[in-house]
Amino acid sequence: MAEIRIRGVAKTFGSFTALHSVDLTIRDREFLVLLGASGCGKTTLLRIVAGLETASAGEVWIGERRVDGLAPRDRGIAMVFQNYAVFPHLTVYENIAFGLRMKKLPQAEIDRRVTRNAELMHIEQLLKRYSGQLSGGQRQRVAVARALAMEPAVILMDEPLSNLDALLRLEMRAELKGVLAGSRTTTIYVTHDQVEAMSLADRIAVMNAGRIVQADDPVQVYRNPAARFVGSFIGNPPMNFLPATPAGPGAWEVAGLRLAGPAGAAGRIEFAIRPEDLAPAPEGLAATVRVVEPLGPHTLVTAEVAGAPFRAVLDSDLRVAPGDRLTLAPAADRIRWFDPETQEALT
Amino acid sequence: MPRLLPYLLLLPATAFLVVFFLYPFLLVAIESVTRQGAWSLANYERMAGHWKFSAAFWNTLLLAGIVVPIQLALALTMASVVTGLKAGRATILYIFAIPLGISDLAAGLVWLAIFEQTGFLNSLLTGFGLVERPVLFLGYQNPWAILLAIVLAEVWRATAIMMVILVAGMGLIPREYGEAAEVFGASRWQRFLRVTLPLLRPSLQTALILRVILAFEVFAVVAALGGTQFPVLMGETYNWQFTLQDRGVAAALAMVILAISIAATLVLLRLLHVPKEART
Amino acid sequence: MTAGSSPAAAPAPAAPAPAADVRRAGRWLFRAGVVFLCAWVLVPIYLLMVNALSAPADVTGFPKRLVPGFDPGSLAFFLRFQGVAEALWNSVQVAAVTMVLSIGIGAPAGYALSRFDFPGKGMFRLLVIMTRAFPLPLLALPLAVLFIRTGLDDSIVGLALVHTTLALPFAVLITFSLFSGIPVELEEAAWTLGCTRLQAVLRVVMPLALPGIAASAVFAFVISWNEVFAAAVLTIQNRTLTAFLLQSLDVSPLPLKFAGGAALVIPALVFIFAVRRYLFAMWGIANR
Repeated sequence: MAEIRIRGVAKTFGSFTALHSVDLTIRDREFLVLLGASGCGKTTLLRIVAGLETASAGEVWIGERRVDGLAPRDRGIAMVFQNYAVFPHLTVYENIAFGLRMKKLPQAEIDRRVTRNAELMHIEQLLKRYSGQLSGGQRQRVAVARALAMEPAVILMDEPLSNLDALLRLEMRAELKGVLAGSRTTTIYVTHDQVEAMSLADRIAVMNAGRIVQADDPVQVYRNPAARFVGSFIGNPPMNFLPATPAGPGAWEVAGLRLAGPAGAAGRIEFAIRPEDLAPAPEGLAATVRVVEPLGPHTLVTAEVAGAPFRAVLDSDLRVAPGDRLTLAPAADRIRWFDPETQEALT
Repeated sequence: MPRLLPYLLLLPATAFLVVFFLYPFLLVAIESVTRQGAWSLANYERMAGHWKFSAAFWNTLLLAGIVVPIQLALALTMASVVTGLKAGRATILYIFAIPLGISDLAAGLVWLAIFEQTGFLNSLLTGFGLVERPVLFLGYQNPWAILLAIVLAEVWRATAIMMVILVAGMGLIPREYGEAAEVFGASRWQRFLRVTLPLLRPSLQTALILRVILAFEVFAVVAALGGTQFPVLMGETYNWQFTLQDRGVAAALAMVILAISIAATLVLLRLLHVPKEART
Repeated sequence: MTAGSSPAAAPAPAAPAPAADVRRAGRWLFRAGVVFLCAWVLVPIYLLMVNALSAPADVTGFPKRLVPGFDPGSLAFFLRFQGVAEALWNSVQVAAVTMVLSIGIGAPAGYALSRFDFPGKGMFRLLVIMTRAFPLPLLALPLAVLFIRTGLDDSIVGLALVHTTLALPFAVLITFSLFSGIPVELEEAAWTLGCTRLQAVLRVVMPLALPGIAASAVFAFVISWNEVFAAAVLTIQNRTLTAFLLQSLDVSPLPLKFAGGAALVIPALVFIFAVRRYLFAMWGIANR
């Protein structure tokens, strides 16, 4: 059992606060992705769990043990680093065996584990090579094999795919998912790439400015952002936002269009819709097309609604040109509302 | 423990430098202003009153004034050559760097082999019939020849250290800057003057400070080539300490060398100051 | 590199453009310059070697020949000269102690500078860099007195301590750059794989830093081997080779001087050759 509990973990560097009292529980065998822009504190949080960084406050529990205060070696974790950190003075075999030798396992067991994990990562033919003779992708495989060979309760991954080129990243992503599903470890995976996060995660924790804004399964995070930030960060292109003014009980006016919305709110609120949840219709938001980008399966249209930029993903059969006027109707069940003060979602 | 670790690691080096660097300099400073246990400027008076002091002082400055600019030009040339080389770079670099490992005394002896009366220069000159018989270059009759020999030996020996610093510095300048200047139509010489040299300022500063201080410490080269004909400050310090057995005056001389070293460092820091915002 | 191998120049023997002429002339000038600079460095050493490898009679004779007589006479005379063997041995010992001390003290400091941020770091760097603005051999003057009081006068260790002051700043800065060149992640990876801090240093950092550390050790050795002033001030009976040669300059015959010069130069040549790959790593950081 390796449930990870993070309780009130905070970190300050001098006067800069990298983490504000973070609470998060990662269930046993869960694949949790920490997602956020660079500088949001996601790597700091991961390093605190690893023991490479000391928290300024709070507790970290792995299973039934409180581990903050323990050295990394005593936490039962393994880690994959962004730049792989494959030891250049050791062969691939010795790299994978490194942690096992530290544990003083018998040679036969070391052999068994090295071979098995090398096969798992398809690098069994590279065991005698040095890291200087490997490509980036191969080094990445060695780093993963080295972590898996420890048979840890917890694997921590810090942007492991970000140094690979696009095609290789796609391939490794699918492979990692398969391999880690087969192992029975709890995984924390840090990335700034939302597609990576979506495709890998059981649950995504979106971070912003040292706080976890939302932790939920990928579809929920996408469909029901708990905060304006999540909507604007996830999705490519991101959500559209427009100001809304009250128009009677439970009704709001958005750029001249009357829509049903939250009844409990007062004053100005924000209307939000994903670009793909818009369609041309006789009645809708009046938009002036500015840029048209055909993408194949659909066409990305950047328009102007009430003077603000507004994007729509439309069917590619639809012929539009800059300067055209469109009325775009939002799908009623996909409309979300946010409180501009708290930035939180309204229901 | 982790918070104490860096201090623990620095402790030996710090302690060593305090005991063998700061403390001795304090001692020598005190020594220079005391005479038989009492505060006094007698050491300085005695030093300044000695007939060789003025010569030693000006010789040292003159030597540095001649040698350092030549070395700067030569080191820049060598560094540019090395940076511009494609094939054989490592070999040429090694050859250029050889004098780095050669002691000033050995350098003096190397040039003694050339300049002494039965040396190679005289062999060459008589061989070509340019002189009747060997000239005594390093005698008191030829003060300029002594100076020339010392300058050559110093330039030969100590240019390498500047060259290596400058090569390292040039290596830190991204190639793109030069290429960008080339695209905008700068000639090779303009690129050197407008791009390389300004970006090299931190390295130039290091190289010059190091070199000027070493130039003030010139000693063994002079001892090997000039003997007593060409007094310099460091040699006089050695004489007062060793031959004349007057540690007070030796200390005073040491303070003079220290003073001109610090003055030169400050001037160079000022002159080649690189503002923080302009650093890459 | 050469004109013949450049694809543009090879198949065009007929009437080359003037621009190509200028470029070719420039290339020859450049090459002549390189040759001249190499000669400038090498010829004086060669001439010293000619003297060292000739019979004593040739060394004092005139005119000189430009090829050595390959007579071991001068070297044998030098080695058998009263005090030379001891001086050589003293030089080696002092340099060895200097090497061990400066790396032993300097490497931990270099490691601390490269891996930690802590209050006082700037002060320490200042202290190290300050040593560069001071004429260090002068330290020998006050230390001469101090050593007499502590019984370190005229001793190998006493001189080695002064030489360590010379070599230590270099050792600190060189090891600092070496350790900085080894990614922290390698160490962190080792920690997550079950290493203590010390184990990670021994198993991961050291194997990677060792060639560089060896090079900086050689550098420390050369600094001590070449030092003249402090050696001459601090040693009387136990003179090093440099001190011995300096103090016998006025009285020793030419063959002794030149053979002694060669004895000083040859190890330096070997050392510089051994550490040539690291010269720039060392000095590159001296810039900061």
